[in-house]
Amino acid sequence: MAKKVKLSEVTDMFKGMEILSLEGVKIEGDIEIDLSGLLGGGGFDPMLAAILGQESAMLAQHFGRIASMFGVPVGMGAPAAVGGVAPGVSPALAAPKLKDLIPAKFDVSKIAEWTTQIQEVPLGNTSADGGTRGKQVIVGGEKALPFYFDAPMPHRNQVTIDVFDMRIGLAKAVKENYDEVMDSPGEWAKKNVDKFNADMITIHLISTDPLVKDTSAKDAAKTVEEVLQAVDVPIAIGGSGNPQKDPEVLSKAAEVSEGERCLLASASLNLDYAKIAEAALKYDHDVLSWTQLDMNAQKELNRKLMKQCNVPRDRIIMDPTTAALGYGLDYAYTNMERIRLAALMGDDELTFPMSSGTTNAWGARESWMVGSPLGQDSDWGPREYRGPIWEIVTGLSLAIAGNDLFMMMHPTAVAVLKQITQTLFGTLEAEPVNIASWIEAEV
Amino acid sequence: MKINSPLEAYKYLPQTNCTECGEPTCMAFASKLIDRSAKPSDCPPLIKEKKYTKKLAELERLLAPEIREVVLGVGEKAAKIGGDDVLYRHKLTFFNKTKMFFDVADTMGEADLIERVKKIADFKKFYVGRNLLVDGVAIRAASNDPTKFAAAVKKVAEVGLPMIFCSFNPAVLKAGLEAAKDKNPLLYAANKDNWKEVGELALKYKVPVVVSAFNDLDALKTLAKTFAEAGIKDIVLDPGTYPSGKGLKDSFTNFLKIRRAGIMGDTDIAYPIMALPLTAWMAGVADPVSTSYWETVLASIFTIRYADIMILHSMEAYAVLPEVHLAETIYTDPRSPVSVEGGMYKVGEPDKDSPVFFTTNFALTYYTVESDIAANGIVCWLLAVDTDGIGVEAAAAGGQLTAAKVKDAFDKAGFDLKKDVNHNTVIIPGLAARIQGDLEDALDAKVKVGPMDSGRIPGWMEKNWPPK
Ligand code: SF4
Repeated sequence: MAKKVKLSEVTDMFKGMEILSLEGVKIEGDIEIDLSGLLGGGGFDPMLAAILGQESAMLAQHFGRIASMFGVPVGMGAPAAVGGVAPGVSPALAAPKLKDLIPAKFDVSKIAEWTTQIQEVPLGNTSADGGTRGKQVIVGGEKALPFYFDAPMPHRNQVTIDVFDMRIGLAKAVKENYDEVMDSPGEWAKKNVDKFNADMITIHLISTDPLVKDTSAKDAAKTVEEVLQAVDVPIAIGGSGNPQKDPEVLSKAAEVSEGERCLLASASLNLDYAKIAEAALKYDHDVLSWTQLDMNAQKELNRKLMKQCNVPRDRIIMDPTTAALGYGLDYAYTNMERIRLAALMGDDELTFPMSSGTTNAWGARESWMVGSPLGQDSDWGPREYRGPIWEIVTGLSLAIAGNDLFMMMHPTAVAVLKQITQTLFGTLEAEPVNIASWIEAEV
Repeated sequence: MKINSPLEAYKYLPQTNCTECGEPTCMAFASKLIDRSAKPSDCPPLIKEKKYTKKLAELERLLAPEIREVVLGVGEKAAKIGGDDVLYRHKLTFFNKTKMFFDVADTMGEADLIERVKKIADFKKFYVGRNLLVDGVAIRAASNDPTKFAAAVKKVAEVGLPMIFCSFNPAVLKAGLEAAKDKNPLLYAANKDNWKEVGELALKYKVPVVVSAFNDLDALKTLAKTFAEAGIKDIVLDPGTYPSGKGLKDSFTNFLKIRRAGIMGDTDIAYPIMALPLTAWMAGVADPVSTSYWETVLASIFTIRYADIMILHSMEAYAVLPEVHLAETIYTDPRSPVSVEGGMYKVGEPDKDSPVFFTTNFALTYYTVESDIAANGIVCWLLAVDTDGIGVEAAAAGGQLTAAKVKDAFDKAGFDLKKDVNHNTVIIPGLAARIQGDLEDALDAKVKVGPMDSGRIPGWMEKNWPPK
């Protein structure tokens, strides 16, 4: 299993195969796949569907400078002699119909119906609030759609990078970044923060699933403690997606992280949400209110959390479900946009910040399959570049729809999503570009 | 649209319920006018009978979309842009998917040019029963030489895709127009310096034209209004697409403002908008993959927020695939159903030896599975289990896809695994593997776990079917 294969060799090997299916595992040699017991292990794990990655050293090389994406002088090869305005205007062309400009002023009003502010929800407690986090993150607070001119956005988007409590199968493009830390959730979390600039960490306690390892709630809680020790950013705690066991697992995790204001992920209508809400209140945490692409169900769950479980408004974040680009993103996008618009217009059962399981993008076959399963498609090109952009476009679309917090995996996807959301947020500057010369520019 | 209830449209119809339009009543037809699934000209009496001429004209005025529709190119591949009535897709739907034009330069060698144009014309991505395509070619007059430009135009015109002629030099644009008579290209662009000459070209050759003013909405509106008053109807707006930093934030804001004003009734600026994600290549990003990513990022932003047409550069699959998928995402009619009817479907003409699959009734999942199976010539039974329109993975996690539900679906479909097939076997989606045991008990049948992606069904079948 240790044979090293170069990208070119791998590509050669796959020549003539329509697609790479599971059998391809053997061919790739050094690519480790571990699916044992994980098939369909819960709703959290789209990564598990992403079976194989490819040599991605090239990717790392390409994106090596992404942190300073625009840190280089601009002006790509536009010939200096040719300006935006063209010479050689033929006077014969000028004709009477177009004599003078008719001056006009542009004006547009702000949206009067956006009367209600989205709830601000803090994540993570510093010593000032009785926790040990180095900083607090705040999401929400918008008074308009994201990045709109109607009202400034008070807080930028935040990215939380996934950590799993056991070694799992990941697309090679993703796994390459985490391979050496996958047996230690603490190290993994550290790497996410130090190397990949994570604002937060999500620790997924997937091994607690009875169909996976059936780790006890008590043992799983130790992993949470390990992560809290390893990093000082706020954390989110995810269960395995098993509705019978998650409430117990999350309650125990909440207990050992008392006072840290973690995000418990998640309360949903098909499990004992009251138990999770109770743990959040008792031990000072926030609750992720998760529903599946259904605005009315989202209202119902939020209402139950507030009225029945007495969760204060500043402790609720919603996850209305993320579907990948090409696999239902239209529903996910519109669901979020409708939720946010309804909230801005005063529906106080929906005025909460939103979170997206952007990692779901890796479930799209375009992000990991070697080629199209359908013969008539144009060439899908190298897949190691398809995966990260699939995660970026999925996340960015939802950022525009109103999503605040992103649960992500690929470091490049994280870097680019941060770059663009912070550009639209208004905090990233770049050298001005003379776009008038685009026609002559060498691209 | 200036009206929004069927009753208001009904006033202008003949009110005879003659059914010639295919609707039982004029009122039913009026509803279709309001949801834009029919046009006034679909009512034959309204068109034919002279006494209705005035009503027809008035109805067409009232029903005209807020954002003007503009057509580029000719024939089957002509690209229609604009035509929107709403700011959010769920309010109705967006019309005329964002059109993707890819650039060529007139300085390219002939072979390179032809190869690139062919690549643009041939791009194809199958998606839920149809092909996603890209739409046309933007020819950049990088040479600024009329002769060279005309030569490039001739070559590109041969493939029959809509074209955008890109030059601020009217002499160059004119040479292009002469080289491609009656191809209805879009002229890019008239600006504060050349507007008279370019405007005259648009009038003379009767072609659509872009007015361009970077980050200056007063100037943009001035140009559009001036052209409209001169009788130019087919106008496209270029407020500038800055690729980075504050410039990009300004560009985003401009797109929002223009479209909001247009939908709210400012007819002077109610035209389709053009974005130029291609400017990513001028932003000084060091390597081509990052630059291409950034171009896709810009394309994504402006696909969502109101660009009707865009000019792009990267033809890499990792750029074009997400771009065409996002345009499809945003422009898919949200009124179309999320789910297919639960029940047993046939792929081909299955018999007693054919395999039995199931998937959920989420339309996307169902059609993906069906097309993967059909495209590979597999004949089978395919059960759509009613999971409230939720996909396999989420439904298995959320409790909408359980052994009991699957059994119920078989029962409702009247399909008996012991009688209707002779293998008493069901193949379940890999993502629903967790219900295998329960399902064996519930159905008293063999349950095999299929692949996690239906694209792999052919490979899986080779190894696992027929069952031993
Ligand atoms: S064709 Fe015209 S007149 Fe006849 S039913 Fe339809 S709408 Fe009414």
